[in-house]
Amino acid sequence: MSVDAATVRRIAHLARIAVSEGEVPHLQGELNAMLAFVEQLSEVNVEGVEPMTSVTPMEMKKRQDVVNDGEIADDIVANAPATEGHFFLVPKVVE
Amino acid sequence: MTDLTSLTLAEARKGLAAKTFTSLELTDAHLSAIEAARVLNAFVMETPEQARAMAREADAQIAKGDAGPLAGIPLGIKDLFATKGVRTTACSKILGNFVPTYESTITSQLWRDGAVMLGKLNNDEFAMGSANETSCFGPVGNPWRREGSNTTLVPGGSSGGSASAVAALLCMGATATDTGGSIRQPAAFTATVGIKPTYGRCSRWGIVAFASSLDQAGPIARSVRDSAMLLRSMAGHDPKDTTSVDMPVPDYEAAIGKSVKGIRIGIPREYRLDGMPAEIEKLWSEGAAWLKAAGAELVEVSLPHTKYALPAYYIVAPAEASSNLARYDGVRYGLRDQGKNIIELYENTRAEGFGAEVKRRVMIGTYVLSAGYYDAYYLRAQKVRTLIKKDFEDCFAKGVDAILTPATPSAAFGIGEKGGADPVEMYLNDIFTVTVNMAGLPGIAVPAGKDAQGLPLGLQLIGRPFDEETLFSLGEVIEQAAGRFTPARWW
Repeated sequence: MSVDAATVRRIAHLARIAVSEGEVPHLQGELNAMLAFVEQLSEVNVEGVEPMTSVTPMEMKKRQDVVNDGEIADDIVANAPATEGHFFLVPKVVE
Repeated sequence: MTDLTSLTLAEARKGLAAKTFTSLELTDAHLSAIEAARVLNAFVMETPEQARAMAREADAQIAKGDAGPLAGIPLGIKDLFATKGVRTTACSKILGNFVPTYESTITSQLWRDGAVMLGKLNNDEFAMGSANETSCFGPVGNPWRREGSNTTLVPGGSSGGSASAVAALLCMGATATDTGGSIRQPAAFTATVGIKPTYGRCSRWGIVAFASSLDQAGPIARSVRDSAMLLRSMAGHDPKDTTSVDMPVPDYEAAIGKSVKGIRIGIPREYRLDGMPAEIEKLWSEGAAWLKAAGAELVEVSLPHTKYALPAYYIVAPAEASSNLARYDGVRYGLRDQGKNIIELYENTRAEGFGAEVKRRVMIGTYVLSAGYYDAYYLRAQKVRTLIKKDFEDCFAKGVDAILTPATPSAAFGIGEKGGADPVEMYLNDIFTVTVNMAGLPGIAVPAGKDAQGLPLGLQLIGRPFDEETLFSLGEVIEQAAGRFTPARWW
């Protein structure tokens, strides 16, 4: 399988990465090189094989459903590029 | 007094205990070495004041007689580990001047045991690379050069700064991470020892995530013994990482010097590649001969799905990365670019903040997870991963205790020499190491010799899950036979 220019633009949008028209042909070539490389997986017989979900045979640990952390709003917003009080600032989302 | 930077960690520990020198002296010696080696670009942030304060504290503890196992030992920390109050960037522009308000579990354990932080080490952006060329701080120089040449070579990646700093004697050991070979490949390129422990052995909490089902931290060190000492402090159960395993941490150092008599070593025929340099072939046979001479038993084994590990990795790792890196949105931390609405803000921030390799991987990951392609790519790759793991399980079930392979398909190469036209050319560096991540197994790279141009080459030993001890015992045999290698100083 390979991707065309329209697909490159669609993927870029899904990935939320702005891509200029000039970058599209180059990215298309690179993505297709990667897709050509992974193409060889189609020759593996995976009939009846379970997909891996955990590399170590262990049960997922579960925490008690209790509050055990918090009251650190200052820390949470400490690195934010734009804040007001304990809120993150973003461009208007709802008109 | 001999140059304190030339000691191994084990030797330094003895000297500190005997009060031959202080941690402050040891730390200052390394800080001077770092200053004189800035051309290597191994450190992206030096923390001399913090280092001296930690050294003084370690000296006080040593004087009181209640010193931890790493008391006073100066270390470098890969910039992927969150360090409280010290800028942590994963060497990406998108993290900007991110200053964590918390400490990663692994580094907090190192400080608990008395280690001293010298600074933060360069790496490939988000650990995506095999040459340390994708860092937003620029490439790292390998302290090793070809005989009679002034060309600067790459130290490998992604833990290039860690490997370069340890090899150039700028720190006594370093933290590193390994998703497809990022500890073992740079260790092999710089004649240092690097171990990627079993998945789950070390906590991933506080380490910038790349591909969560593959990422595992470990040390890069000057000797096998040093790496065992460091891993003991780094490993351990952490309730904050649900994939961290609740198993006691053995005294890895006790495995050093233990007899390897009767240990069965598998030599996998699929690792013998067409066009593999004769030197690597020779090194591999030599390594096998050393282990045999020490009493180990050699058996030829087959890992039939080996060739599919790298392509499967280039689906699984980018898929996980595309999800993990979704958090860099210009809102909560790091870089922010403007946009007339929130979507544009995201898109412009990520276009500006991510480098070319990261964009490529995020996009391929997004594609293989997108509607209509998930089954063909991601699901199939995860099935192939099951088969790769089964290859190893079958081998261990037949009584094989460890597997010996070359660590890399070549020695270090020049900056800008690979991957310019086709990204896959660079990816092939990890062909011998990536299988181990796919199966979650422990793997160690040990320096074993040099090529015709005088560049170091390493061997890899792969172990059963949670049997790092056997790897340390076997690694020590190789180190004893091959000797240790130090680059001639040119910087």
